[in-house]
Amino acid sequence: MIKLSHIEKIYDTPSGKIHALKGIDLEIARGEIYGIIGLSGAGKSTLVRCINMLERPTAGEVFVDGQDMMKLTEAELRAARKNIGMIFQHFNLLSSATVYENIAFPLTLSKTPRNQIDKKVAPLLELVGLKDKANQYPAQLSGGQKQRVGIARALASDPKILLCDEATSALDPQTTKSILDLIKVINKTLSLTVVVITHEMQVIKELCDKVAVISDGVIAERGSVLEVFTNPQHEITKEFISVLLSNQLPAAFRGNEISQTKTEGSLLLLRLIFLGERADDPVLAQMIRKNPGVECTMLFGNLDEIQGVPFGRFIVGLSGGETEIQGALNFLGGKDVRVEVIGYVRRNSAAA
Amino acid sequence: MSAEILPLLSKALGETVYMVAVSMALASIIGVPLGILLHTTERGQILENAPLNKIIGSVVNAIRSIPFIILMVAIIPLTRFLVGSAIGTTAAIVPLVVASIPFIGRQVETSLKEVPAGLVEAALAMGATPAQIISKVLLPEALPSIVSQLTTVIIALVGESAMAGAIGGGGLGDLAIRYGYQRFRPEVMIATVVILIVLVQAVQFLGNALARRSNKR
Repeated sequence: MIKLSHIEKIYDTPSGKIHALKGIDLEIARGEIYGIIGLSGAGKSTLVRCINMLERPTAGEVFVDGQDMMKLTEAELRAARKNIGMIFQHFNLLSSATVYENIAFPLTLSKTPRNQIDKKVAPLLELVGLKDKANQYPAQLSGGQKQRVGIARALASDPKILLCDEATSALDPQTTKSILDLIKVINKTLSLTVVVITHEMQVIKELCDKVAVISDGVIAERGSVLEVFTNPQHEITKEFISVLLSNQLPAAFRGNEISQTKTEGSLLLLRLIFLGERADDPVLAQMIRKNPGVECTMLFGNLDEIQGVPFGRFIVGLSGGETEIQGALNFLGGKDVRVEVIGYVRRNSAAA
Repeated sequence: MSAEILPLLSKALGETVYMVAVSMALASIIGVPLGILLHTTERGQILENAPLNKIIGSVVNAIRSIPFIILMVAIIPLTRFLVGSAIGTTAAIVPLVVASIPFIGRQVETSLKEVPAGLVEAALAMGATPAQIISKVLLPEALPSIVSQLTTVIIALVGESAMAGAIGGGGLGDLAIRYGYQRFRPEVMIATVVILIVLVQAVQFLGNALARRSNKR
């Protein structure tokens, strides 16, 4: 549906050239919700604007729905843009127009007859749950309601693609959730391709099928959200994920020396990651039963779901003889669980 | 105040209102589009055209830097050519219009600048043409501010029209100088000043009310 190849964007500013995008390749399939995450200044907003040519790439190719966007005339480009809806962080609604007029705006632009506008806007008002607000002005709405108007407006011209530029970054967590749910619904019911730009991993986790991590104008990492979440490769990805899934040791062990060899009074800490249906298998119980010489203490546990797939993360502490511990590790190694050996760490005396 | 003054006052008020209203109308016809051009041809705007922007910007600055009293005298040949005379109320309209066009242009430009860039971007993303962006985004969104700014222009015109009286333009300024000052009749001076104050207050009040009504923010 969307294909970007070797996208370069260089800005000429009075203080010199800024290389915002350095050879981006990206392919987004029909009906997908594709997330692009990056810190501010990473180039993600520029990248999403290359899709509808609000920013013209300095070099590279942009294909949307089979159309070579770089080769379109102004008039053709305007027509092509009606196929691509867009919503914004600050909503960008006309303050001088009512909710109804705002949603009808793309139709007014294409000179749709009045009775047809009505037929189009009424169900959209219904879809976003603002039927009773049709004649109010944006100033009278809450942030979440404004974004709902933005979504309805973006859908008015029956686009095939929806671009979301930090669409929930100005909203509180509850409102964010309801907007994300709405985007999910329209993705399903209208089989819309959705591109989501965000700096919040939460948004990626709750909404997206695939994700690309952009850093300093290049894509550092990409893949299915599940893959990237459970097995991040790049440092920047790990940082984004750590906001949601802490990588810190439990408080009782934090800050203590980690040794790879057994020391007196320490526990061998393991990070265990369970994925999919295995997440609720009694692997730990089996390990304890089969290795009676090993004491197993649960120090941290978190069971989550990503794209409907159960995802468990645990930290356990093992103690016992070295051979017994090795036996336990061998047992876990044969199971469908990812084991990361942190090392031997002593418990804080204060916390004990 | 003697009764013979009242007809003089009402005639002078009529002339002032005539000068201001006609000048404002004519100047707006050119000044508002000029303001739109000043804004939209700027770097990063929808009709970006740096050379054109620079040229009209310089012309606007040049005219605005001439004091009105000098401008009035300097363009007497133009006034003669257009009106057939350099003296009289109608003749005064020519310099008033010339002075107000660049003023309105800058005021409208300032108002349009206040429209958030995101709105223009959103309209572009929806496939709007530059003409649609001007007529359906920039002007409606800037309307309350434009109304306020044009109110300021009208008030400036009231002041300039009084100056125009000095070269035989008639109006309240002319009356105040000829009767109040040159014939030593302070009561005429006071009456014209009071009328001017009331006039300006009324314009400002109306302007504020209109701006408020059009503001949905």
